[in-house]
Amino acid sequence: MKLLNYTSAYFAGILLLIISIWAGLFYFSMLDEIYDSMDDGLENQKILVIRKASADTTILNQPEFEAGYFTIKEIPFPKAQTYTDTYQDTLMYMENEEDYEPVRLLRTAFHHPNGRYYELQLITSMVEEDDLIADLLYSLVWLYLGLVASILLLNNFLLRKIWKPFYRLLERLQKFRLEDQQPLKTTKTNIEEFKLLNETVQKLIKSNIAAFNSQKQFIENASHELQTPLAISLNKLELLVENNNLSEAQLEILASIINNLERSTRLNKSLSQLSRIENRQFPEVAATNFNDLIKKQLEDLTDLAEHREVTLHLEEQGNLQAQVNPDLANILITNLLKNAISHNISGGTVKVQVKPESLTVQNTGSGNALDPQQIFNRFYKGEQNSGSTGLGLAIVKAITDLYGFRIEYSFQDGKHRFTVYLT
Amino acid sequence: MKILIIEDEPDMLQNMVTSLEKEKYRIETATNFNDALDKIGIYEYDCILLDISLPGGNGLDILSELKKLQKTDGVIIVSAKNSIDDKVAGLNLGADDYLPKPFHMAELHARVKSVLRRKKFEGSHEVILNNVTIDPESHAVKVNGKELPLNRKEFDVLLYLVTNKSRLVSKTALAEHVWGDQIDEADNFEFIYSQIKNLRKKLKDSQAEIEIQAIYGIGYKLLAE
Repeated sequence: MKLLNYTSAYFAGILLLIISIWAGLFYFSMLDEIYDSMDDGLENQKILVIRKASADTTILNQPEFEAGYFTIKEIPFPKAQTYTDTYQDTLMYMENEEDYEPVRLLRTAFHHPNGRYYELQLITSMVEEDDLIADLLYSLVWLYLGLVASILLLNNFLLRKIWKPFYRLLERLQKFRLEDQQPLKTTKTNIEEFKLLNETVQKLIKSNIAAFNSQKQFIENASHELQTPLAISLNKLELLVENNNLSEAQLEILASIINNLERSTRLNKSLSQLSRIENRQFPEVAATNFNDLIKKQLEDLTDLAEHREVTLHLEEQGNLQAQVNPDLANILITNLLKNAISHNISGGTVKVQVKPESLTVQNTGSGNALDPQQIFNRFYKGEQNSGSTGLGLAIVKAITDLYGFRIEYSFQDGKHRFTVYLT
Repeated sequence: MKILIIEDEPDMLQNMVTSLEKEKYRIETATNFNDALDKIGIYEYDCILLDISLPGGNGLDILSELKKLQKTDGVIIVSAKNSIDDKVAGLNLGADDYLPKPFHMAELHARVKSVLRRKKFEGSHEVILNNVTIDPESHAVKVNGKELPLNRKEFDVLLYLVTNKSRLVSKTALAEHVWGDQIDEADNFEFIYSQIKNLRKKLKDSQAEIEIQAIYGIGYKLLAE
């Protein structure tokens, strides 16, 4: 649920509660005021009727309301002595409404100058409670709807305006990529909290970029610094092996050391290559024809494939061309092809398919499907292969990322399939 | 043959000196920018191995100086930086070749020999070893004057081994030289074996007086009887 709707829903709920309670209280206090005012009116009429009765004794005998609004009836003295004024609600048939309607009734007693005691009943028509409730309810519903509508309007215009810096920030954070190395731009705002949020996010991102860079720098420096000692050691071993006095057992040990050092060198070279790709240190681009590169690579890899008893097929359905760094294009193709040959089975195949917009390398393999989430990760090894650095596909991914290409892996009928889309 | 090695890393320098001295070259060394400038000003060299990053200055400036002196012939840039910029700048300044670090000793020999060959034998590039004649330009091999047909890979393997005659050439060095350095990490280069096998057979059939010896687990050595 969106922030705006969330507050709106809360407001609507709270308003409903407040308005209901308020309506109850308002209803009773209004009713109270109405009764008060009616009773005052009745009191006033009582005085007027008593005054009139003193002057005009003809009205003393009026036991029914009939045309008037009062009845007068004689009562014995003892009853009159204990008489107290009572107000009550009752029903009376109203000609105009053709129905019983509530009226307010005052019962009182008075002493006439003729010495007798009389009971006086006065009525006044009263508010129809159900009508009042209905009216009140309607106006409250309208009020409620009006309020909710205003809140929605407020939220949509005012809050949206107020929260603008927040949404801007959110939008930019969504688009943010650490690799771009661009600090986050924020919108200027006068709201303290948003200012703080912007500053905090900017600080966080700055330190992230710095950490990212120093990590990249570290890998680059480390692999660069390792290069010389590795090369020197290997060269010294090469010189040592040229010595003719070595026994076969000694040579075996030296061979193992050389192999392992060479493995370290390859690993180091791949790491350095990977970090240089990620650091965008291949700025030169040229119109590169992938078909030519693939043909050349397939030729170079024929001996390796023959040794592994793997047959290579090329299917050209079009010309694949792009503005890329030719060295990187070569690395991309080699890594995919070598991967397909190395992780193959004896008697297997590698099929390369070139289309005007994509390149597919498909190979038979012994294993099951590889984890597409992890396959491009550094040092992910689907199956143990001592010769592999575990960086080949990570480098492929880094190159496709660099140029905004898309790479997909799938597994079908025992065949691994990598497709690079250049669009 | 007089070779100058300009290199600041003492171990690296020593390796290069030891390895090249076996070929009976006269080796001189310079370990910093100013020493290098002094030496190139005074002496003539058949080949100069030039490191780009030096204490006291940039190797490319030495190359500029050599260009002024018209002595860039025979310069091989040796750069630790895997940088295309260095390569392009160096070759533009007249260097003969570019050898990225790290390198195998066999590769160093191949590059040096190639430079010396170009310098010394204008017109004739042939390498002669007993009854075998190899022409690196036309890719032709003759045994006792008779043409020995080899495919491209076999020829490259043979030339590389001949260039490093009587020295051990590791499988990796051979693979990177012949199949390109993209070939690395492939099964410890076992696939080279079948090429060597074919080559051996062809050499034997044509009665060539050279032999390819396998050094257990490491590589090969070409022996001329």
